[in-house]
Amino acid sequence: MKDIKVLGSGCRTCVATADLIKTEADRLGIAVSIEKITDYAAIAGYGISSTPGVVVDGKVVHAGGLPKAAAVDTWLAT
Amino acid sequence: MSDCCPLPKGPPSQSPGTGRWLAATAAGLVVWGALYWQLQPAASWIVARLPLVPGSRTADAVAFFLYDTPKVLMLLGLVVFAMGVIRSWFSADRTRRLLAGRRTGVGNVAAALLGIVTPFCSCSAVPLFIGFVSAGVPLGVTFSFLIAAPMINEVALGLLFGLVGWKVALAYLGFGLGVAITAGIVIGRCHLDGWLQPWVREIRMTASDVPGQRMTLVDRLEAGVDAVRDIVGKVWLWVIAGIAVGALIHGYAPADLLATVMGRSAWWSVPAAVLVGIPLYSNAAGIIPVVEALLSKGAAIGTVLAFMMAVTALSLPEIVILRKVLTGRLIAVFIGVVALGILAVGYLFNFAFAS
Repeated sequence: MKDIKVLGSGCRTCVATADLIKTEADRLGIAVSIEKITDYAAIAGYGISSTPGVVVDGKVVHAGGLPKAAAVDTWLAT
Repeated sequence: MSDCCPLPKGPPSQSPGTGRWLAATAAGLVVWGALYWQLQPAASWIVARLPLVPGSRTADAVAFFLYDTPKVLMLLGLVVFAMGVIRSWFSADRTRRLLAGRRTGVGNVAAALLGIVTPFCSCSAVPLFIGFVSAGVPLGVTFSFLIAAPMINEVALGLLFGLVGWKVALAYLGFGLGVAITAGIVIGRCHLDGWLQPWVREIRMTASDVPGQRMTLVDRLEAGVDAVRDIVGKVWLWVIAGIAVGALIHGYAPADLLATVMGRSAWWSVPAAVLVGIPLYSNAAGIIPVVEALLSKGAAIGTVLAFMMAVTALSLPEIVILRKVLTGRLIAVFIGVVALGILAVGYLFNFAFAS
């Protein structure tokens, strides 16, 4: 089970990012738990300065803008 | 501020195909140019075939609409594409690294310039603010960035360039930078760090190293295309609505009325324009076509630019978002300093472009 956190205030792009990860995980048959973190202090704690951010198993892999599906696949595969 | 900016990033494409992309881009630009030079004749041709009295008000309004709509959308597309490609070299985290520990002055200039090219979205304003301040970017430098980023955006520049001309677009760019730099320096000099919300001051974070995604030239061109699809897709309706209103003003508004209310001789029109502009939620796309029509009817350039800057740089939604990290006093200083800067630009412009 991969532990994935999507960091963001809940803006459109953040929601789209979470949806994209869910879709890709389902497609690849990888079990994930996706948690949305909207608290600004918590987001700041991850050390990113643009949202949405993506954290996979405690490691920040992305910050700012909608990620590409190919990039999501790479995070899920490793 | 309405143009939220999700620029997709990703690992380099596996198949190169660089040649094909370059050829397609070059071909696209050639087609763009060929179409662009045909717009005026095409519009005249259509108007001449419509059952309108040549030279009548209706004919004027229709001609304005038919020529300006494709022209503005094409110029906007070009500017957004170029900006999308340029922005692929920048990210908020990279900008933060560049700005950390910079001194007042140099730091403010760098922050305002980076504000133009860094992908920024108002929904990211708070994480960005906290990220900058806690990573050691001085408060005043952070403000320079936060003022320049929404004010000098590709939609505003593209539309000004397309509708009003390159001189005014450049002036907007220059004076916008001036306001962002000066306001940031003033706020920095006041040493207001104590006026941040308490929880923000306590955050001492270490900047994460997001793995640098290496981008190929193809990725960058793709980022430009994505930006066009995203931004132009979002604002085209507003642009058309704005041009329609502009066309009505062109055809029907009496020229002397606007000259009295928004002309150079009315000294109070600049502060009035700023006051009206602050609470308005920006939509540069819809406002600029109207602005162009106002200008052609005798409104003073400084008054109109002050209005535009107030709309884009100070918007109620952004202020509400920033309230989470700034105390009310600091928000008041921020609005006050920026509004004063814009006021100065308005008067300066009316003076400089007096003819």
